[in-house]
Amino acid sequence: MTQSPTLPPTPGQTVGPFYGFALPYAGGNELVPPGRPDAIRLRGTVRDGRGDPVPDALIEVWQADEQGRISREPGSLQRDGFTFTGWGRTSVDRTGEYSFTTVVPGPTEGAAPFFAITVFARGLLNRLFTRAYVPDHPLLESDRLLASVPADRRGSLVARRDATGLVFDIRLQGEGETVFLSYPGHDG
Amino acid sequence: MTSTLTPAQASPETSSDAAAASQQEITGEIDAISAEYAATATVPETMPRLDYPPYRSSILRHPTKDPHHADPETVELFAPVFGHQDVDALEADLTIAHRGEPVGERIIVTGRVLDGDGRPVAHQLVEIWQANAAGRYIHKRDQHPAPIDPNFTGVGRCLTDADGTYRFTTIKPGPYPWRNHFNAWRPAHIHFSLFGTDFTQRMITQMYFPGDPLFALDPIYQSIVDPRARERLVAAYDHDVTEHEWSTGYRWDVVLTGSQRTWMEPETTA
Ligand SMILES: [Fe+2]
Repeated sequence: MTQSPTLPPTPGQTVGPFYGFALPYAGGNELVPPGRPDAIRLRGTVRDGRGDPVPDALIEVWQADEQGRISREPGSLQRDGFTFTGWGRTSVDRTGEYSFTTVVPGPTEGAAPFFAITVFARGLLNRLFTRAYVPDHPLLESDRLLASVPADRRGSLVARRDATGLVFDIRLQGEGETVFLSYPGHDG
Repeated sequence: MTSTLTPAQASPETSSDAAAASQQEITGEIDAISAEYAATATVPETMPRLDYPPYRSSILRHPTKDPHHADPETVELFAPVFGHQDVDALEADLTIAHRGEPVGERIIVTGRVLDGDGRPVAHQLVEIWQANAAGRYIHKRDQHPAPIDPNFTGVGRCLTDADGTYRFTTIKPGPYPWRNHFNAWRPAHIHFSLFGTDFTQRMITQMYFPGDPLFALDPIYQSIVDPRARERLVAAYDHDVTEHEWSTGYRWDVVLTGSQRTWMEPETTA
């Protein structure tokens, strides 16, 4: 079986400034109801090359549940309050901050657990992928991707703890620039 | 200004929405990048450049480091699942969301969502949003003094069928002004949000209409510097999609790349 795509890919484009009436939706940032005992907040600020907050970014998260199970259930757009679908979407606010109510993912197949994150923004011509690893997890030591990232940049892939859960800031450019990922089949 | 401008060199005027440059200056920058690409490219580029100074807002918002290669693992090998409880079938018709008929040219836009090997992306979510026929969005930041159409919101969703086919009925959007530079206008477009069969195929893009006179002037479209690559965003008029005394029709297929999970199966089961 071929390892390279045979059809040329469709190029991406920026999400632009006017997605606000189309993509965010009620409950988009609540992967679990806020009242659930094991609910945490995953939050962070998106910043540009000057360190200024980016007020027009859209963040999506895709993750396993606290047992490391990957949900195959529909219902992310119309949540029933009980089914964990593993996916959420939210706009950042005026201060560039996003926030999800979710659970801490557990390890899947013995791999260090992480949130898979997609970043879209006005001014960003194509989406960016990254991982937000769960901090202080024993499996981080042996993680292949983290080991392949230069030590001085590794920290940008690991969330930190605060009183309500986890913080994962995203720096699009400049000092502390987040490590963004490309996967096989992507150009650049 | 050249394509090698670094963020530190960018003045506040050129890195903001100050609309300082003329179209002539922007077109000059676009053409210079295009000429350099034509002269030096060895492998065709398929994606937009993230660092594309003619699109001023990209100057401070593009990563300066190359993306780090990752082999997809665990959750990255899957995509979220959407179903009929998520999307009402009526959401594929943007002309029936209100009491009256929206103003403008009714169009059908249809096509298939495929992976890089040509396999259909079945039962997956497609979302669109767009300006109305006058080039106005229902968005508080849109200050373009063109009329809002009370019968048109400009948002639609659907699920692809087993064959990967999506289909929307809508109104042809108008071009609209923006503040990248003085007298800047976007070619008419529909924004598309697409999911694949795994996380790495997630994509947002814009679909354009054939023959738009604004193509050469638009830094967002031109940020895909390879001419054949950017033409992949232009729909084709298709008379077989057009419906008698009802609607004109356009066809536009989407190919999502990334690492398709099915490629992995021979290795993981070996
Ligand atoms: Fe637009």
